[in-house]
Amino acid sequence: MIGLEHYLTLAAMLFVLSVAGIIINRRNLILLLMCVELMLLAVNFNFVAFSRYLGDETGQVFVFFILTVAAAEAAIGLAILVVLFRNRRSIAVKELNTLKG
Amino acid sequence: MYNYYLTIVLAPLAAALIAGLAGKQIGRAGAHWVTILGVGTSCVLSLLVLKNMFWGGAGAENISVYTWAVTDGLRMEVGFLVDRLTALMMCVVTFVSLMVHIYTIGYMHDDPGYQRFFSYISLFTFSMLMLVMSNNFLQLFFGWEAVGLVSYLLIGFWFKKQTAMFANLKAFLVNRVGDFGFILGIAGVVMFTGSLDYATVFGQADAVAGQSIEVFSGTPWNAMTVICILLFIGAMGKSAQAPLHVWLPDSMEGPTPISALIHAATMVTAGIFMVARMSPLFELSTTALGFVIIIGAVTAFFMGLLGIVQNDIKRVVAYSTLSQLGYMTVALGASAYSAAIFHLMTHAFFKALLFLAAGSVIIAMHHEQDIRKMGGLKKYMPITYWTSLIGSLALIGFPGSSGFFSKDLLIEAVKESHWHDGASMGDQVTYWIAYLSVLLGVFVTALYSFRMFFLVFHGEERMDAETKSHLHETPAVVTVPLILLAIPSAIIGWFSADAVLFGGFFGDAIQVKSVHDALTGLNGTFWHGPAALVMHIYASPVFYLAALGVIAAWFLYLKRPDIPATIKDKFSGIYNLLDRKYYFDDLWIKGFAGVGRKLGQFLWEKGDQLIIDGILVNGTAKTVGRLAGVMRQIQTGYLYTYAFAMIIGLTALLGWLIWLR
Amino acid sequence: MLFQTILFYTFAAVMLGAALGVVFSRNPVHSVMLLVLTFFQAAMLWLLAEAEFLAIVLVLVYVGAVMVLFLFVVMMLDVNIEAAKRGISRLAVPGIAIALLMVVELMQLIWLRGKGEVGSGGFAPTPEGYSNTKALGSVLYTEHVFAFEMAAVILLLAIIAAITLTMRKRPGLKVQNIAEQVAVQAKDRVRIVKMDAEKKQ
Repeated sequence: MIGLEHYLTLAAMLFVLSVAGIIINRRNLILLLMCVELMLLAVNFNFVAFSRYLGDETGQVFVFFILTVAAAEAAIGLAILVVLFRNRRSIAVKELNTLKG
Repeated sequence: MYNYYLTIVLAPLAAALIAGLAGKQIGRAGAHWVTILGVGTSCVLSLLVLKNMFWGGAGAENISVYTWAVTDGLRMEVGFLVDRLTALMMCVVTFVSLMVHIYTIGYMHDDPGYQRFFSYISLFTFSMLMLVMSNNFLQLFFGWEAVGLVSYLLIGFWFKKQTAMFANLKAFLVNRVGDFGFILGIAGVVMFTGSLDYATVFGQADAVAGQSIEVFSGTPWNAMTVICILLFIGAMGKSAQAPLHVWLPDSMEGPTPISALIHAATMVTAGIFMVARMSPLFELSTTALGFVIIIGAVTAFFMGLLGIVQNDIKRVVAYSTLSQLGYMTVALGASAYSAAIFHLMTHAFFKALLFLAAGSVIIAMHHEQDIRKMGGLKKYMPITYWTSLIGSLALIGFPGSSGFFSKDLLIEAVKESHWHDGASMGDQVTYWIAYLSVLLGVFVTALYSFRMFFLVFHGEERMDAETKSHLHETPAVVTVPLILLAIPSAIIGWFSADAVLFGGFFGDAIQVKSVHDALTGLNGTFWHGPAALVMHIYASPVFYLAALGVIAAWFLYLKRPDIPATIKDKFSGIYNLLDRKYYFDDLWIKGFAGVGRKLGQFLWEKGDQLIIDGILVNGTAKTVGRLAGVMRQIQTGYLYTYAFAMIIGLTALLGWLIWLR
Repeated sequence: MLFQTILFYTFAAVMLGAALGVVFSRNPVHSVMLLVLTFFQAAMLWLLAEAEFLAIVLVLVYVGAVMVLFLFVVMMLDVNIEAAKRGISRLAVPGIAIALLMVVELMQLIWLRGKGEVGSGGFAPTPEGYSNTKALGSVLYTEHVFAFEMAAVILLLAIIAAITLTMRKRPGLKVQNIAEQVAVQAKDRVRIVKMDAEKKQ
């Protein structure tokens, strides 16, 4: 019987995988964005699972909003990425070390 | 009388302010006229007050002038308590001050700080009057500190002189030691009586004497003893009693008029006056009186000895002052307060005279103060010579002079004092120390006084030819005060001894327990009037000792001047001891001050520079810097590092929530 | 039941495999394609959980719009794949350790802690004639209408931000100024010069 725990476990594995991806990856900024998308997906999984478990649609409404925001985030993130590439001719994460003061 | 008192106090203050603040506008003559007018007014009014008390039968007055503050039931007031004790002190202070003002015109004639000097001595007169006329401890303390301040200013009057700076600093610091005790004593008074007012405190004295205080837990002390000894420590600083006497000889760096006024006649007697004023308290503590008498005896004898080896004319007089202050203190300790005050009065006249005469000699010698370079001045300076002779005779107690009455009666009072009747061993030891000190002190006094006298005025002329050619008597502004002071020095004892000592002159101002009262016992047994005392000089050893001292001085310094040198060689150990002033200066300067400086150095180098600056301030900055150097490694600027840090935090939080909470 | 369980595990396995591929693939284009696959599988799983509307939206919005955008950017940018291949992060080992620790924590939370409190078991059964889309809509447009409007604003913001960020003026680009073209008059362009006729040479 597939139930709440299964979905939660799946979401957890997905989340941890994307976390590992963010840490390990140093090649490509786009990959970071993709990992963020994956994380959001993992969160959405949890919402859907709990919504279904409790029989309350509010959780799914929340997923709807998360999708909206994630889309906006992806759009802006990619726009920034394009600008970045235009300026530096590279999107390699390891070359982006200007965050320090 | 209220207006009289206010005028007496405020006239010198006003004069001091005018001379001090508007000195340039009123000029040199203006400065001395305005201050002499102020002090002269005070002097005349003081004499009037004394006359009213003495012949007019006016009683003591206790007036509150102004309430400064009331806090927690403690009234802080400005007020006057004028009784016969105060009136006498006022006359002494204003009279000597007036003489010194006049004298200063001559002595400071060419000094650029002329107006400043007059301003200071007027200010001093004001402070001293505030001190003696006070009716409460706070004002007493104000006067006490104000005279200390003026003393400091005047010792360092020639502030470009290194030794003067040293001396005034020394005087100020040593006085701080005494004042520390004094203010603790006042605090003790307030603690036990809740009042600063004399009348209230004296009214509760018996109750205080019944209480005890534990300064160190487990050892209860009598409250009155503690208070009196603390107050007396203040007096030791101000009246230069051993071991706090070290500042007085050095204070001779100041101009001679102030040596006469402050460091001989008035300020240094403030301690004596204070103890006499506190007699209702001191009478209740035999222990405190014992402390007083021992300190006084030690000062009287040993400081006199130092006078013998000094070569600076002013220092000889200064050590003489120390010794005489010791006499007064012994009298206080023997409960013969009247004798102490009487000696204070006569001493004020003849010691001021001696100082002013010394100043006169110094003027004539062009500010040469070494008595080894003087001699034979008699024929050049007749007025100074004769007045000095009167002063010296009064000092050694020549029969009939003022000093004779005061000192003879003082010694007799000590002899008959309650310490003699005391049953315990300690009382007997105290008695003999005190009595022998004052008795032998007579010989010593005569020896050093006439050593100086002979060396200065007699014998061969040892000054250089240049000085010799300019030698002449000093002008009238100098000699007139000498003569005016010589008169009371010579004769005042005849008129006042009976009244002051035996006539119950001070009334309630000085209270003596009947068992302590030695003076009254002398009346009728030892004392049959001044003339009778002069007739019976052969009955007491005092006269012989004084005569012996004079003869010794004559023999050693005029007849056979080679003997002192021989003695000096033979007994170089003792001579060195005396020459180094019993190493008291070393004790204070190298000992306490040196240790204090070392401690300060240590605290500065180790405490301030190392710990506070080095470790706390710079250390903090360095630690932050080093830590930041390490932390900077974490700030790589790479995205994934930050993400990693976030995720570590997240994991830790999750772990805490799951396992630890 | 069994069929659904099999489906769940199949979809889950594919999804995790695809996600792994997203993270570890060396070619960004492959990564994006695998991400599309991941989303598809997620949508399948949501369908299994009877969240049909969201499953459809996920495919439409994510796969249809966002992923295409990703792909578009990846392909448009001239990323040097060979250079990007080099090296693995210094943080790989601690990163994986932290990830494993997190897995342990989450498993602990779901399988041990959660058991007693939330209870396990299947999802709430849906009543007869239940429409997921209708139910969501009735909640979304009533209770959450303000949030819905805000979401619209955020999307607008995203559009404007993206355009502002990426728009640029290139130097030396020739563009028409239409207003100028329209406003132009004959005398600005043509100058009439009078002159005598010249002889034919």
